[in-house]
Amino acid sequence: MTGSFFSAVFNVTRRELAGYFSTPVAWVFIVIFLVMSGVFTFYIGAFYERGIADLQPFFQFHPWLYLFLVPAIGMRLWAEERRSGTVELLLTLPITTWQAVLGKFLAAWIFIGLALDLTFPVWLTVNYLGDPDNGVILAGYIGSWLMAGGFLAIASCMSALTRNQVVAFILSVVVCFGFLLSGLPMVMNLFTGWAPQMLLDAIANFSFLVHFADISKGVIDFRDLVYFGLVMMLWLAATTLLLEMKKAD
Amino acid sequence: MNELVIDARNLCKKYGSLVAVDDLSFQVGAGEVLGFLGPNGAGKSTTMKMLTGFLAPTSGTALVNGHDIVSDSLAARRAIGYLPEGAPSYGEMTVRRFLEFVARARGFSGKNALRAAGSAIERLNLDRVPEQTIETLSKGFKRRVGLAQAIIHDPSILILDEPTDGLDPNQKHEVRHLIRDMSSEKIIVISTHLLEEVHAVCNRAMIISDGRLLVDDTPAGLIARSRYHDAVTLVVAQPERVASVLSELPQARKVELREGELTVFPAKGCKLFEVISDAIRENNWNVSELRLEAGRLDEVFRQVTQGEAA
Ligand SMILES: Nc1ncnc2c1ncn2[C@@H]1O[C@H](COP(=O)(O)OP(=O)(O)O)[C@@H](O)[C@H]1O
Ligand SMILES: [Mg+2]
Repeated sequence: MTGSFFSAVFNVTRRELAGYFSTPVAWVFIVIFLVMSGVFTFYIGAFYERGIADLQPFFQFHPWLYLFLVPAIGMRLWAEERRSGTVELLLTLPITTWQAVLGKFLAAWIFIGLALDLTFPVWLTVNYLGDPDNGVILAGYIGSWLMAGGFLAIASCMSALTRNQVVAFILSVVVCFGFLLSGLPMVMNLFTGWAPQMLLDAIANFSFLVHFADISKGVIDFRDLVYFGLVMMLWLAATTLLLEMKKAD
Repeated sequence: MNELVIDARNLCKKYGSLVAVDDLSFQVGAGEVLGFLGPNGAGKSTTMKMLTGFLAPTSGTALVNGHDIVSDSLAARRAIGYLPEGAPSYGEMTVRRFLEFVARARGFSGKNALRAAGSAIERLNLDRVPEQTIETLSKGFKRRVGLAQAIIHDPSILILDEPTDGLDPNQKHEVRHLIRDMSSEKIIVISTHLLEEVHAVCNRAMIISDGRLLVDDTPAGLIARSRYHDAVTLVVAQPERVASVLSELPQARKVELREGELTVFPAKGCKLFEVISDAIRENNWNVSELRLEAGRLDEVFRQVTQGEAA
């Protein structure tokens, strides 16, 4: 039974992934991602000038890069299916809505992972120039991909909310922004003084930044993994619920 | 009991305060090709979306091959092949890849999926375009792709929502031909707002309006409801004079003159054609046209859906 559960999921994933590469959009996305992460790392992050052999400048901009690029990938997940009517085809096949949600999410996540992998020249550069701790770098990549998954699950949910991709994009950016910022001092300052400590901790704990920073230091804490896992599961569950409610509109 | 393949029980669907399907109950058995007739907005698509598990009914349910569409939706869906309205498909995929995807989703794996896609391509005469992306196909071919994905698992039930809508007359003819071909081995429910379609492919017709079932009959029975059924229409040189003579016939209930055509309606249970032929011969009228009316479906349709004779 589990075998058929996942074969249905992967069938959707496979179709979706093939769909990405049959249009130029995927390649455009990859190029933009690579160029932007290069610009951030080498110019804004002062990669050379720092004189330290690590990928801290590379990873530190990922949250901001994802803030716009992941919603750009995620916005079409369901909005497009609903606009073109294929959602009716997909969800009258003998697969559950949850399987479809998971399958489409996985495709986009794998795709982002692929784009992330293609930044390997940065890794080669740093190894050529110095002697970095490759364990930390690997952790950085894993953390970055997990964070992208969190953003993507949010975008998937926003995409299920509307058949308009632009609306889905804007909503995703706004919600992702909230999740990014919730741990920053300027946000926390709004709450300190009046909110109970428990709430403060909770808000700080919601932040992608905090958990990503933990992982990219090279410490893969079980709690950070659970956090990103839960974030993804919850938003994908919300996607499923929303679709069930709104697929007819 | 096994003969009942679809058993809809008090299906209701509300969109907010709008009642799209209102307490619809019907059964469809083996060998039936059921036409869902109704004006736009009647609730045909909504009913089909509920039967195929896309929408949950607001209340009521249906059994498909014995599986409840609400509590056992996946099993019900397995028994059904469905062509949604407008035949949506993934335009960027090639015909073959798309059909393989559907085959896998339908439980075929590996070589079997390829084989299922291949045979669907063959059955729908798509052999010329299997490697073409769907968005580049003509409307008629797209519709065939939609039909191909619907039959790929050889379902016992086919549900087709407006399968010929938007096609040109040749394409319409072709799609109807394909549907007729499949009707020997499957039960088919097809929705349409085109009356001639009922004649062309169905052996049973249900007229729905405002979500309610108004008429459930055979196409012949439907047409017999027309006030034109068994009426005789003729075109003659002096229609007024002829009309006054014909209206004296005991078999004639009423005579109408419209746009130069004289239509004589029979009194209950009477046959008119021979009587009128005799009258023509006796009076030596100059008749350029004479025909026995089977009935007019469009008139029945209007009469039923608007609640009065046109
Ligand atoms: N998603 C929806 N939201 C609100 N109203 C809808 C929706 N889908 C259909 N309707 C309304 O429900 C009624 C029945 O529609 P539909 O089942 O599509 O009719 P048909 O297929 O017979 O043309 C119409 O009045 C239509 O406007
Ligand atoms: Mg319709």
